[in-house]
Amino acid sequence: MNYLLRGIGVLATVGTISLLAFTLPSGGEARGDGGSDVLPRLTHKNWQQECASCHIAYAPSMLPKASWRRVMSGLEQHFGENASLDPATQADILRFLEANAADSGTSRMGDKVMQRMDKNAAPLRITETTWFVKKHDEVPRATWLRKSVGSAANCAACHQQAEKGVFDEHSVRIPK
Amino acid sequence: MIKRIALTGLMLLSANVAAADTPASFMARYAQQAGVAVSTLSPARGEALYRTEHPGKNGTAQSCASCHTANPKQAGQTRVGKRIEPLAPAANPERFTDAAQVEKWFRRNCMDVLQRECSAQEKGDFIAWLSQIK
Repeated sequence: MNYLLRGIGVLATVGTISLLAFTLPSGGEARGDGGSDVLPRLTHKNWQQECASCHIAYAPSMLPKASWRRVMSGLEQHFGENASLDPATQADILRFLEANAADSGTSRMGDKVMQRMDKNAAPLRITETTWFVKKHDEVPRATWLRKSVGSAANCAACHQQAEKGVFDEHSVRIPK
Repeated sequence: MIKRIALTGLMLLSANVAAADTPASFMARYAQQAGVAVSTLSPARGEALYRTEHPGKNGTAQSCASCHTANPKQAGQTRVGKRIEPLAPAANPERFTDAAQVEKWFRRNCMDVLQRECSAQEKGDFIAWLSQIK
């Protein structure tokens, strides 16, 4: 009986330690990210209302200005969907995105994204940036394809507080 | 001071009046645009519009129900997994109360599903069906 209890105890301890080892940042790449992966809280009525009706309002600091110009000039064919807006709203949102873009110098997150981006690059997807790819290189392909995740565009599937701009690794829960 | 309060009140009132669209007022407007009587709008045609599948861009069939689910009283899901509030006014009283929203989503979603804009007749039928769902 005693041995059984002790066995359970040992298993639990080993389990906890290995879990911790996987969840804690392992230095190098992840160092310093734990506390700073919280995006600035931005408020902009049209950005929040319009962009967030189909997906979370992706942070402007994730892409450079040139990318946002491309995105906002092609809303009729927005990743396979018609997301067209009236011209005034469209211009208003673009101004906001440009003012807070990765290369606007207004956020640490933007600086990090730009450090790994070619000067003339203007990717259409956040998931195409080197920054995003490196950040998620430990996530297996099959995980992205889970029904509960849907696609890599669904930040909030794993980053449970994504809508609040909180992306630190401790708030990540990958669904089954 | 009193004048200012009165003015603010008036502005609020007129803003409310401007936004006070209802499913019935949309039906009346679309029927008029289509040149038909409201009473001839057809819930059956509206339901068919909702459920009919069309060839999608990636080879799979798509309909309104693809995202809004087979039951418009239920919440749907966008392609990237975000919740869509129910379409039927019985389940979501905010539906068909704002002309800018209604026109925006008809334009976008008809282009996506039908690859063309919807006619006033189709919009009227569509709301006629949704608004009689209890």
